[in-house]
Amino acid sequence: MSKILVVAEHDGISLHSGVARVVSCGLAIGAESLDVAVMGQDCAAVARQAGSIAGVSQVLCLDRAENARPLAAVQAPQLAALAPRGYSHLLGPSTTFGKDLMPRVAALLGVPQVSDIMSVESERRFKRPIYAGNAVLTVEAPADHTVVATARLASWPAASEGGEAGIEEIAVDVELPAHSKWLELKTAETERPDLQSASVVVSGGRALGSADNFSMLYSLADSIGAAVGASRAAVDAGYVSNDMQVGQTGKIIAPALYFAIGISGAIQHLTGIKDAGVIVAINKDPEAPIFEVADIGLVGDLFSIVPELQAALEDS
Amino acid sequence: MRKIMVTLKRVVDYNVRVRIKPDGSGMATDGLKMSVNPFDEIALEEALRMRERGEAGEIAAVAIGGDECQQQLRTGLAMGADRAVLVKTDAEVQPLEAAGILLEMAKREKPDIVIMGKQAIDDDCNQTGQMLATLWGRPQATFASEVQLEGGTARVTREVDAGLEIIEVQLPAVITTDLRLNEPRYIKLPDIMKARSKPLETLAVGELGLSAVPSLKPSGYEPPAQREKGERVEDVAALVGKLRERGLVA
Ligand SMILES: Cc1cc2nc3c(=O)[nH]c(=O)nc-3n(C[C@H](O)[C@H](O)[C@H](O)COP(=O)(O)OP(=O)(O)OC[C@H]3O[C@@H](n4cnc5c(N)ncnc54)[C@H](O)[C@@H]3O)c2cc1C
Repeated sequence: MSKILVVAEHDGISLHSGVARVVSCGLAIGAESLDVAVMGQDCAAVARQAGSIAGVSQVLCLDRAENARPLAAVQAPQLAALAPRGYSHLLGPSTTFGKDLMPRVAALLGVPQVSDIMSVESERRFKRPIYAGNAVLTVEAPADHTVVATARLASWPAASEGGEAGIEEIAVDVELPAHSKWLELKTAETERPDLQSASVVVSGGRALGSADNFSMLYSLADSIGAAVGASRAAVDAGYVSNDMQVGQTGKIIAPALYFAIGISGAIQHLTGIKDAGVIVAINKDPEAPIFEVADIGLVGDLFSIVPELQAALEDS
Repeated sequence: MRKIMVTLKRVVDYNVRVRIKPDGSGMATDGLKMSVNPFDEIALEEALRMRERGEAGEIAAVAIGGDECQQQLRTGLAMGADRAVLVKTDAEVQPLEAAGILLEMAKREKPDIVIMGKQAIDDDCNQTGQMLATLWGRPQATFASEVQLEGGTARVTREVDAGLEIIEVQLPAVITTDLRLNEPRYIKLPDIMKARSKPLETLAVGELGLSAVPSLKPSGYEPPAQREKGERVEDVAALVGKLRERGLVA
């Protein structure tokens, strides 16, 4: 049986929605116990949120000033120092936070990392996507070594609420480097649902043509409570900010309903939406590859279709 | 002058659709168009721009793999790298081992900055840069979309899920590139000619005297679950009808 430690992503106030998904992945491994490590400053509230996830045995709270902001070089030695407490697996999310941090932990422990676990075959055998999701590879982590891995969030349901794990304050005695300094985080303020956890997502591509035209999509999204995403081409062109990119090098999402509007359906984009429930494609080119994966396709000009669609959806 | 080391991985070109071998033993890459990993091209482009701005001197490009990787190093030399080193091995190299090899190269080359792609588009691991930084005991700035050098530090804007994060790291450091860092230049014919006379050194991986590191054992490749091709609707009314039928919208 495995002893699992999940590292918690958070912003100092709230736990990231992905933590409950990583917990699901951990429970699928067959955990004798599953603990969550929260590194932060004054992070008692976050620790309580972690403790309320069903299946969590214990929350380890590493509260110190250096943890006020997440720096991989500062967090990795602390996480690696927890490994000797008998953990067989250290798990993080496949988010930019986890991708930055976990390889550093693996290197400190001298073990390989399994990136993007999609499914668990056994304690040490996992499936993961390669080649932009064109293939699924089964890999086995070496025996007698700690398994370090990230979980592909879109592959795992969120573990439910209702846990009552205790919180233990932990002080690890490791030297932390001073060569890295956190300066600033620029986020686009939005009232819209979070792209990674929204049940409906409206995404736009290059065809929108300008940042101004994207307001059509915001308006549609707001009328149905959706998050807004984009293709890389739309981000590169400066129509929207980078945190909205969906795909191989953006966010991998699994909403119940996804609208791809003026998006051609390049393989790198499709990787990000493989696990969506229903994909709706709106594109003027009947041959666009997006129609190969769309559940419902509508051929036509988005500039007339989107306002019409919004009106029809509001008219109920 | 700051010295820069960039890494160039040989991968199947991003425009080519790769399939699994019929017997499931690996990917059918024979005869496919091979290129420099796109993120690594961005890494080299960033190094070239630093040199052009007078912020860096020599740029060395490093690849790990078989003799065929010389092609990608020649591409790097044609883009503008000064020298290239191929660390030769015919075995598959996973990120932890690659990081160990690159650490040895960093000890030899003594770069102030190592710039690497954030991930290779074949294994999609997104690990090697972070692992090198760790083994080297140096900072990392991953997923960079802007790099500003000032004396002994780099101020790096990183593309993170929540937006853009800015951190400052002391050099030497490892920087990994995101797609929006720059747009790599096209190579012109005279550059290819010029590249032929630039030094390309080959080194057997055995010469580095590294001990084996634990690795993952691959045990089977399979195609991803395919989505069924859906239906076409004629107009917005039909679309909304379908969505309501499925209970997806009110
Ligand atoms: C290493 C690498 C990583 C990448 N990662 C990602 C990633 O994470 N995410 C991503 O999205 N891309 C990624 N890409 C880019 C990807 O290959 C495509 O270039 C990109 O997805 C194209 O975006 P698009 O569909 O908006 O633009 P286009 O391919 O230009 O498509 C625009 C579409 O809009 C349609 N259209 C035009 N006008 C209208 C109109 N008036 N009404 C309706 N339809 C219209 C056109 O028919 C066309 O199908 C990556 C590429 C590389 C090399």
